[in-house]
Amino acid sequence: MEDAARLLQLVVNGAAAGCIYGLIALGFVLIYKATEMVNFAQGDIMMLGGFVAYSLIAHYGLNYWVGALLAIAITAAFGFALDAVILRRVIGQPQFAVVMLTLGLGFIFRAGAGIGWGYDSVGFNTPFTNKTATIGQLVLGQDNLSIIVGTVLLCGVLYVFFSKTRLGVAMQASSQNQLAAYYMGIPVRTVFSLIWAISAGVAAVAGILLSPVSMIDVNMGFLGIKAFAAAVIGGFGSIPGSLVGGVVVGIVEQLAGYYLPAGFQEVTSNVVLLAMLILRPQGLFAELSGKRV
Amino acid sequence: MRYLFRTEYRQDTSLARHGGDFFWYGLLLVAMIVIPMLMGEFYVGELGGVFIFAIAGVGLMLLVGYTGLISLGHAAFLGIGAYVNSVLLAKGVPFVITLPVAGLFTAACGAAIGLPTLRMSGLYLAIATLAFGSIVGTVFQKWTSVTGGFDGFPVPTPTILGFGLDGATGIYYVSLVVLIFVLWVTANILRSPMGRAMVAIRDSEVSAQSMGINLARYKALAFALSAGMTGLAGALFAHYVRFLAPDAFDVLLSVQFVTIVFVGGLGSLHGAIFGAIFVRLLPQFIAIVRDDLPFGIGRLPGLEPSLFGLVLVLVILFQPGGINGLWLKLKHWFTAYPFKRQTSSRRQKSYAKSERLR
Repeated sequence: MEDAARLLQLVVNGAAAGCIYGLIALGFVLIYKATEMVNFAQGDIMMLGGFVAYSLIAHYGLNYWVGALLAIAITAAFGFALDAVILRRVIGQPQFAVVMLTLGLGFIFRAGAGIGWGYDSVGFNTPFTNKTATIGQLVLGQDNLSIIVGTVLLCGVLYVFFSKTRLGVAMQASSQNQLAAYYMGIPVRTVFSLIWAISAGVAAVAGILLSPVSMIDVNMGFLGIKAFAAAVIGGFGSIPGSLVGGVVVGIVEQLAGYYLPAGFQEVTSNVVLLAMLILRPQGLFAELSGKRV
Repeated sequence: MRYLFRTEYRQDTSLARHGGDFFWYGLLLVAMIVIPMLMGEFYVGELGGVFIFAIAGVGLMLLVGYTGLISLGHAAFLGIGAYVNSVLLAKGVPFVITLPVAGLFTAACGAAIGLPTLRMSGLYLAIATLAFGSIVGTVFQKWTSVTGGFDGFPVPTPTILGFGLDGATGIYYVSLVVLIFVLWVTANILRSPMGRAMVAIRDSEVSAQSMGINLARYKALAFALSAGMTGLAGALFAHYVRFLAPDAFDVLLSVQFVTIVFVGGLGSLHGAIFGAIFVRLLPQFIAIVRDDLPFGIGRLPGLEPSLFGLVLVLVILFQPGGINGLWLKLKHWFTAYPFKRQTSSRRQKSYAKSERLR
């Protein structure tokens, strides 16, 4: 019984960490589906979102919920501007140019955050910090639960947005066929920038949800590398897949940290990623089947 | 302007296009041979570092500039080459054997990682190599019985035919020879059907495949060759730093290698050399001007990586040809003088290419 409770605890913690990976991966996938670019700076955008929330809540003393919403909006606006000003210029350049461009942007964001907020870890008080919820024998941190609940809620909102609203359907249309979307009168370029905005907003949500569990610091963007594992497991192009992949990576990582000797936990996500590429490169939820000539 | 007339069949297969090439490259070679006799130990060492980075840069150029794939894990290959070379040397194997073995072993590692990941689009290679680099970095740290972990690994002094290569000058000459060898191999590969196949893959995978090119084979071959050359560079790098620390081979170093290729100019061997010079000189330049910068910019801890990031972004946005592209424009201005026009170097309008099928 003791063991089962222990295992369940690990699984819940892993699922919470996995939801964060899943949210970052969701950002990759949204952008990849629409523009066939991969944003290597996604983790750093999450870091920026976390810092903006920290400024608003800890410095300007805003209420947690107001501050969080405002931080998400600011980060989303930043994502919009990023696409409209920089990324739009490299459309048509080879894919690896975009990889390097976003990687370089990530370095710049990290330095910018270092100048703006310093290189120390910071945190702010949330309604969930240091509180626990007891379910039967299980003692769970509310911070971990808040991540899982927040992720589920966000996914619900995104699902409704993409399937029910006019703009969401327009986004789906432009991801599927740009030219046809143009002909139907959809402003494809603005829509792409809006997708970048949503993706940045999702990253900000991840940063804010993560803040009670781990501190915000400049190097938190390296979580993005683990999120790649999540995205690849999901098939790089499937939104539910990225979340499932994230949870898988998170749980495997927690279990590896508990059952394997020290040092294995940090490489688990990478090993899972490589194993996935060798065994089933198209991912669990394959959507892309071939190439257009 | 120079007009080339073909008068002999031999001209078609010669590496040098005309007499001027022989003259200028010969002059450069003589200068490189003479330099250690004229300059101080420090400058010779730095120039040796440039050669080592140029070797890795040529390897990466073959992959990124000619095959159109990107690797974010070349620091790991540099590390593998460095450790294989040093561990074998410490076991008493002569340097003449450890150097090629380091290259071949790294190439085998490259093939092993390339074969499974290259079945998918080139994007997966970037992600897989990023993961691979981080795994290899952890292995260097944890496998203390071989690598010494964080205590480091002192690199033994190599000897060639009884001569000990202990100073910067010895490594300088060995690096120069290896660099020339690597350039010669790459230039020849690029003229062969294999090189043509790689360029075809870069320009369009679909049309390359429809011409009967085995995509997975050539991509894996390019990746293995690239890794092997980086392994050679790693073996020399071990002697350049003389003391191996496992955390030297991190993502930042991989990004520096890719910066070599992008800043130098994609798709040209000259670019790999220009890029290596730039990447090696930038930290030196920062060190010199650090104290004179306004607003305390020089004291920021993340200055170097962010400058690399900034340069990368600016080059991709405004000068996709890199330093080599600038040089070609300058040369064109002189050779065509006074007929240079605004439109001579205008970029072609490019459109988004989709790789999807739906």
